Amino acid sequence: MFATAILLRASAAGLGINPRACVFYNWEYMLVKKEGGIPYSEVTPKAAYLNRRKFLATVPLAGAALFGTRAWAAAKLAAVKGPFSSDEKPTPFEDVSTYNNFYEFGTGKDEPAKNAGRLKTSPWSIHVEGAVAKPKVFDLDTVMKLAPLEERIYRHRCVEAWSIVVPWIGFPLNALIKAVEPTAKAKFVAFQSLYDFKYMLSDRQAGVSFPYVEGLRMDEAMHPLALLCFGMYGQVLPNQDGAPVRLVVPWKYGFKSIKSIVKIKFVDKEPPTTWNLSNAHEYGFYSNVNPTVDHPRWSQASERRLGEFGKRKTLMFNGYGDQVASLYAGMDLRKNY
Amino acid sequence: MPLKRLLTRRWMKIPVFVLCLVPVLLLGWKALHHGLGANPIEFITHATGDWTLRFLAIVLAVSPLRRILGLPELIRFRRMLGLFAFFYGCLHFTTYLWLDKFFDFSEMAKDVWKRPFITMGFLGFMAMAPLALTSTAGWIRRLGGRRWQMLHRLVYVSACAGVVHYYWLVKSDVRKPLLYGAIVLMLLGERIFAALRKPAAGGVRGARVAVLK
Repeated sequence: MFATAILLRASAAGLGINPRACVFYNWEYMLVKKEGGIPYSEVTPKAAYLNRRKFLATVPLAGAALFGTRAWAAAKLAAVKGPFSSDEKPTPFEDVSTYNNFYEFGTGKDEPAKNAGRLKTSPWSIHVEGAVAKPKVFDLDTVMKLAPLEERIYRHRCVEAWSIVVPWIGFPLNALIKAVEPTAKAKFVAFQSLYDFKYMLSDRQAGVSFPYVEGLRMDEAMHPLALLCFGMYGQVLPNQDGAPVRLVVPWKYGFKSIKSIVKIKFVDKEPPTTWNLSNAHEYGFYSNVNPTVDHPRWSQASERRLGEFGKRKTLMFNGYGDQVASLYAGMDLRKNY
Repeated sequence: MPLKRLLTRRWMKIPVFVLCLVPVLLLGWKALHHGLGANPIEFITHATGDWTLRFLAIVLAVSPLRRILGLPELIRFRRMLGLFAFFYGCLHFTTYLWLDKFFDFSEMAKDVWKRPFITMGFLGFMAMAPLALTSTAGWIRRLGGRRWQMLHRLVYVSACAGVVHYYWLVKSDVRKPLLYGAIVLMLLGERIFAALRKPAAGGVRGARVAVLK
């Protein structure tokens, strides 16, 4: 066993891969063996278990090893089947948890998976305030009990023209909204992510201003498709995917689905949003998925589904037009991009 | 000086050649071992683009290094390094044309016309093509040294266009494009500095005064 570890380490180093990642993986493997008799299938979600088997065959991959350890630590999250699920094949968990945009932890796609381990997700509280009758500071457990957790398989389309299919776990955002009883003044909902300069990128490094903020119009936020999300693939969210609580707005570009939420505020005016502040010409407040309105620098007519070689046509509202098109009746979506 | 002698050895071109191939071999190895991440096509596009810019910077560093280190022998490797910049540029362009546009040339033409960052990249790549074509000794003779040299200053255009292409591509984090930009500016700045210090070729002193004015 020791010889194998040395061999792995040497081969990893030879290939320019951080050998610690592999050794760590291997150690863990040995520990499991030593404890003896517990099959992987009993302690690890099945997809992750199968993936781990695959990694044993192709061990020297830093990202894979990292994922292995993360899947190991992840807690299961039970949920009932929810409505609006796509019957498309979910993107592998490994891809969804190693290919992320989470600029607080790095601007490269692989960086959040490497750096988001520093995020402390417990204890976690969410301040809900503004134009509501019952403002409240929720702790995470309280929020999670507001409504039954559902699994919903949604398409997720990034503004960068790639897409994934993810089995999210959460409940409609409107359950939380109803709990705090918005007043007539509440026309928009503003969201804010956690920001801690001690272990996150600075504004200058990322090129956008933090904390990350997003917003929805009240009717968008109340729409049953808009999900307050706590998990994916049967387990709690990995940090890099926005743990412990994020938004999922499947008919809008991914950056609208704000991660690691600490504050929700009900306001009467359109709130500022991070990418719009960074570049208003390229990122609008609405940012609905729209194949007919190009990003100034690239076409939005098609997208690359991760894991596929060719490109697919992008669907209006990411294929959720039947549910949400009426929200925008009479609006010029060219102007309100 | 042993290094000087080493650099003049015929066989020295072989290890340099092999070294220049390492990035593409590594990419191939990763492709065969699922090492390209969740979006392999993007990974390949970025890797080949990165290496094009790196090789442009390396080839632009040859002349400054010859002056600074007093190693005129480095000239022997310049053509090979330049051709490798073009080689990685070709891979980058092919990736775009094949895996992004699927050889739809009218789509590509639209892209080049509509999207400034593609226009820049295309310009940078196109500027390299005549240099690769005229890289042989025969072409130097046919064009004449002076004209050949003038033509090959297109590499400055290529490197600058490459940096702007990268800068315009990124969404918000401009640290890496700025780093490439700073390196290219330094390498071009050294040339201006060297030209100012040294009287123009042929020893016409007046030329120096004219430049300084």
